[in-house]
Amino acid sequence: MNMTQFAARSGRFLSVLILLGYGVLVVYPLTWTLISSFKTTEEFYASPFALPQSLNFDNYVQAFERAQIGDYFINSIFVTVLSLAVCNILGFAAAYVITRYRFTFLQVLKRFYIGALFFPVAFSIVPLFMLLNRIHLLDSLVGLSLVYAVSAIPFTIYLLTGFLASIPKDYEESAKIDGCSLFGILFRIIAPMAKPGIITITIFNVMNFWNEYIYALSFITTESKRTLTLGLAYLMEVQRYATDWGALFAGLVVVMVPTLIVYALLQNRITAGLNMGGLKG
Amino acid sequence: MKHRERNLFIAACTLPALALFATFTLYPFGKAVVMAFYDWSGLSENPVFTGLKNFRTLWQDDIVWQALKNNIFLLLVVPILTMAISLLFAALLTQKRLTGKSIYRTVFFFPNVLSIVVISVLWSFVYHPTFGILNSLLEMIGLQEWTRAWLGDSSTVLWAIAFPMIWQSVGYYMIIYIAAIEGIPADIYEAASIDGASGVTQFRRLTVPLIWSVMRITIVFFLIGVFNGSFAYIKVMTNAGPNHGSEVLMTYMYSQAFNNGNFGYAMAVGVFLLLITISLALLSEKLTERDSVEY
Repeated sequence: MNMTQFAARSGRFLSVLILLGYGVLVVYPLTWTLISSFKTTEEFYASPFALPQSLNFDNYVQAFERAQIGDYFINSIFVTVLSLAVCNILGFAAAYVITRYRFTFLQVLKRFYIGALFFPVAFSIVPLFMLLNRIHLLDSLVGLSLVYAVSAIPFTIYLLTGFLASIPKDYEESAKIDGCSLFGILFRIIAPMAKPGIITITIFNVMNFWNEYIYALSFITTESKRTLTLGLAYLMEVQRYATDWGALFAGLVVVMVPTLIVYALLQNRITAGLNMGGLKG
Repeated sequence: MKHRERNLFIAACTLPALALFATFTLYPFGKAVVMAFYDWSGLSENPVFTGLKNFRTLWQDDIVWQALKNNIFLLLVVPILTMAISLLFAALLTQKRLTGKSIYRTVFFFPNVLSIVVISVLWSFVYHPTFGILNSLLEMIGLQEWTRAWLGDSSTVLWAIAFPMIWQSVGYYMIIYIAAIEGIPADIYEAASIDGASGVTQFRRLTVPLIWSVMRITIVFFLIGVFNGSFAYIKVMTNAGPNHGSEVLMTYMYSQAFNNGNFGYAMAVGVFLLLITISLALLSEKLTERDSVEY
C-alpha cells in the first residue's frame, strides 16, 4: 500500500468515525427519552442509563389522565388543520395569479411577500397580541390558527410560484377555448397538476404549525385551549417541582411520534422541497 | 366583459391573502415600530408620545447591555459553528466511496423536524445536574470535577443553549449544501484530481468558492433563525436565568411587555434588536462579498 492509498483509506476511516459519532449524538438523547418514558420514578433515580425492569405504561396513563395530553393533542390537530386550510387555499390562489397574470400591483405584491420571508416574526408579537385582544380573538384557537396561517402565507406563495411557473400554459389555453371559467381552470386544471408542489408546502406548513410555540404561549391563556407544545412546556414547569418525570417523558414521546411518522414516510419529499423552495431567492 | 371577469378573478385570488397579510403582519410590524416612541403600560391606558425617552432608558439599562452581549454571542457562535459543521458533513457525504450516505442524511436531518419545545425539554435533561446524561457521562469516565449545573451556571449557560440550537439546524443546512455541491459538474473535480489536488485542497479551492453564493444566502437564514429561535429555547430551558445570565433582547422584550406591562419600552427593545440583526445581516453581506465564481 502506497502513501496516497493509505491517506485515502485513513481519510475515509476518519469520515466514518465523525459521521458515526454525530449519529450517536442525534439518536441517543431520543432513545434515552423513549426508554425513560417506560421507567418508574424509582428506576429513573436509581440509574438514568439502565433499561427499565418491565414496560411500564403508567407514565402514559398519567400523561393522558392528569396532564390532559389527549386534549392538547386534539387542540393541536384543530389548529394545524384550520391554519393549513386557510393558508393553502389563499396561498395557492394568490400564487397562481402572481405567476400567470400581469397587473398593476404585481411587483409591489411580490416584494411584500419576498420581504416577509426575511422578517423575524417574534418582533411584532406585542402589537399582534393587542390586535387579537381588540378583535376578540385572543385566547382563541381560531385566532391562533389565523395568525399561523398568515405567518406561513409568504413562504407558501414563494414555494408555489416557483412550482407553478414550471407548469406549461397550454392546458389553460385549451380549457379557456372550451369555455371553462377562470375559477374552473384554477381548481379543476391547475390544482391537480400542482399536486406535488401543494403536497410539499403542506408538509412544511403542518410541521411548522404542529411545532409552533411562541405564538401559542403568548396568545393562549386558558388551560383547556393549550396546544401540545404549550402543554409540554407547562408539564415541564410542573414536574420540575413535583419531581415526577415519567409523565413528562411520556408527553415528549407523544409529541414526537407523529412528527417521526410523517418524517419517516415523507423524508424524501421534505428534503427535496427544501431545495425546491428553500434557497432559490 | 372578458376584462371585467379577469379583474374580478385577480382580485378574488389576491385580496383575501393580502388583507390577512396586511392585518396580521404589516400592521403589527408598523405598530411595533411606532409604539417604541410611546409610553404605554397596560392595555386600557392611552399611550403618551414620549419621543426618544424609551431609547434613552434603554441606553442606561444594564440588563439591555447584558442581553445584547448574550445576543451577539448567540448570533456569532451558532451561525459559525452550524455552518462549519454542516459544511463538513456535506463535504463528507458527497464523497463518492462511502456507504450509508442516505442513512446519515436521514438521521442528521431529523432534529430539524422536531419542535423547539421538545428539543429544549430533551436537552434540559441532558444538562440536568443530578441525573442528566452529560454529568453522568463525565462521572463515568472519571471527570467528576467537570460536572456542574450547566444551565444554572452563568459561565456555561450560553454554550449549553447554543449547542441544541446547532444540533437542530445542522441537518437543514447540510441538505442545502449537499444539493449545492451536487450541482457542481463532476468534470471539474476530475480535472482537479488529475492535477493531483487532494480532497482537502479540492474542498477549499473548488467546493467552497463554487457554492459561496449559497453559503452567503444561508447566513441571512442563520441570523433570522437565531433571532426567532433563541427565544423559545431560552424560555423553556432557563427562562433567561440564572440572574439574566441567558437573557437576550427577545426574552427581555417579552418580559417587559407581558410581565411588567411596559409595552412601549418593550417595543423599543424590539426595535433595537431588529436594528442589530439588520446591521449584522448587512455586515455579513459586505464581509462575504467576493467575485462570484461560475461554472
